[in-house]
Amino acid sequence: MHLSLRQRKALWGYAFLALPLIFFLVVRIYPALSALNMSLHQWDVMSARKPFVGLRNFVELWHDQVFWKAALNTLLYVVISVPLELILGLLVAVTIQSVNRFRGFYRTIYFVPYITSTVAVSWVWRWMYFKNGGVFNQILLSLGLPAQSFLSGPEQALYCVTAVVVWQALGYYVVIFLAGLEMVPSMYKEAAKIDGASSWHVFRYVTLPLLNPTVVFLAVLGTINSLQIFTQIMNMTSGGYGQGDLGGPLNSTLSLVVYIYKQAFYRFQMGYASAITVVLFAIILVATLIELKVLSRRVEY
Amino acid sequence: MLKRWLSLSMIVVMTTLLWAASASVAAAKEVTIEYWQYYYESKVKLMTDLIKQFEQQNPGIRVEQKTFPYEQFNQKVAISVPAGTGPDVVNLYYGWVPKYVDGGYLQPLPADAFPASTIQKEFLPMVEAAKLNGQYWGLPTAVRALALFWNKDLFKEAGLDPNAPPQTWEQLQEYAIKLTKRDKNDQLVQEGYAWNADGQDNHVFIQVLLRQWGVTPFSPDNKQVLWNSKPGGYEAFQWWTDLAVKHRVGDPTFMGDYRTAFITGKAAMMIDGSFALGTLRDKAKNINWGVTTLPVRAANPSVRANVGSFWMNALTVNAKDEKRDAAIKFLRFLTSPEVMKVWMEKVGELPARSALTEDPALQKDPIYGPFLAGLKYAHATFFVDETSERQAIIDATNEVRLQGTNPKVALDRLVASEQKIRDEYFSNR
Repeated sequence: MHLSLRQRKALWGYAFLALPLIFFLVVRIYPALSALNMSLHQWDVMSARKPFVGLRNFVELWHDQVFWKAALNTLLYVVISVPLELILGLLVAVTIQSVNRFRGFYRTIYFVPYITSTVAVSWVWRWMYFKNGGVFNQILLSLGLPAQSFLSGPEQALYCVTAVVVWQALGYYVVIFLAGLEMVPSMYKEAAKIDGASSWHVFRYVTLPLLNPTVVFLAVLGTINSLQIFTQIMNMTSGGYGQGDLGGPLNSTLSLVVYIYKQAFYRFQMGYASAITVVLFAIILVATLIELKVLSRRVEY
Repeated sequence: MLKRWLSLSMIVVMTTLLWAASASVAAAKEVTIEYWQYYYESKVKLMTDLIKQFEQQNPGIRVEQKTFPYEQFNQKVAISVPAGTGPDVVNLYYGWVPKYVDGGYLQPLPADAFPASTIQKEFLPMVEAAKLNGQYWGLPTAVRALALFWNKDLFKEAGLDPNAPPQTWEQLQEYAIKLTKRDKNDQLVQEGYAWNADGQDNHVFIQVLLRQWGVTPFSPDNKQVLWNSKPGGYEAFQWWTDLAVKHRVGDPTFMGDYRTAFITGKAAMMIDGSFALGTLRDKAKNINWGVTTLPVRAANPSVRANVGSFWMNALTVNAKDEKRDAAIKFLRFLTSPEVMKVWMEKVGELPARSALTEDPALQKDPIYGPFLAGLKYAHATFFVDETSERQAIIDATNEVRLQGTNPKVALDRLVASEQKIRDEYFSNR
């Protein structure tokens, strides 16, 4: 068999590509397909019988109030955290870019939370949120303001968790936005300035449109991350010496992934848990497609 | 030459055959059984020693111990037993028995080696929770019970006798109110009683408060939830939630959880299990604490109750023929009085045989005594889905505490959701 140099090169390329492909198939695609299969069974870990039940798990989900509560909470996590992360991230990035000294220092300060263990971060915030003796309530009381329930009441708990998510992710948004800002050619900005545009107008009509790919990337990534929120809730509502109230109080912080975890590893109902993962997969797919469609704009000057 | 060569090879063949034969005879005599438990350091260490002892007493039987992290344990059993590669003797939580039996992983204890009448006579009444369909599916080496812990220094500080813990719930409430401290902003700085629903108190409500308020929590077949079947049930729930809502002696999120609050000296009393002793010895070194039996109701002091739970050892369907005989021997060994005594010394869990709990020397022990006393009247709840059942109680108390729901309404709703969980379970049977 005679292969040209080009064909041989291509062959090598495929050989190298095959490795990650196999890895991807085994580690991602196969589990996903098996979860789909499990969602069609009554799959109790401890039961020898795992009968095929068709779509019964999904019908049950439809009538499950806790599932709807978890879905609504997850939606709230997304619509609160993603815009906040984008706006604050851009604001901080633009501010950092406008300072000339210690830029690296500021960037580091904002990035440190992102590389800190989420478990540690969640626990420290949990302590700061304590209704009795927590730092935040101490501050509020010393200012003569009423103490708040924070994580211990169903009204505020979800927002408290979201705040931690935003605080921790902010550094990542800042760094990516800074990179995006560097990519905006300065000649466009200068040309606009010569034409008499104010700095707001330059930002609004030149910088922001050219940042669109960065915004889309961060929005899609942020949405997927928020839809999968788990670690913060796990560590802020459960653990310690008590059994805790995972996703509580009164399911006010329960997200879809936490609900999946409870069904799968507390109740051993893998079939039902898999059904929720299938629904979550569909939600992520649809949300991502919509975001790509709505947010993406081709901008050329 | 050839002859010599032939005879030599004959000798070689003969010896090889003989050697192989003798090896197979030895192999036939030796039986290996597998024992599985989840990983808990002191239990695994002791079990290693116990296995050595058992193997010396029973030549020809080898026991292999395998351990798994708690989270993976059920899954490993579920995958391995049907494949025939799992344990012969398995350690499981009593609350899992219905699922394990449904799954077909277990065989009932043989009546000749473990007669029901002997079990009823020699073991604590709570082992009845290991009985299903009229048969015992395993027996514990050790059991757990609850007791009231109190902080003597905080008692003294509040002007109470540090050596006189409350004997009745009425006293507990009165002391707890005295022991609760709030700052000028009405912020809780010390709990009189570490009130919780997610720790042990939900079990106390089901098995202790309800019984002392005249309610049997479940029907004898465990199918009916009877918590609101009598006015006493509503009173008990009201009394329990009043501690947190009306008297405000504790808050479940204070210091993170009830045990942390007690360990850090910020809670004067808590109810916890014998399984908490290790943590307390380790972490509460600066606290001058004592243990006493659970309170009774002043109006009804003769009704004592406690909450039992246990991990038991059971035979799986893998144990057949000579393996089954060996596994039964091992099970008898694990549930023998000798092993129970060592288990209490080394692991700190209480013995499952009534005779041992009545040992006067042990009864006088200031730490183990109250737990042992509690074992006699301890009830183990038959759970069909422990997580969901506990969550329903947490949610009901939160409705009362955080949303101001009338305790009567909350209890009715709670019983309805507990009943639903049971109905779903029993309807599939």
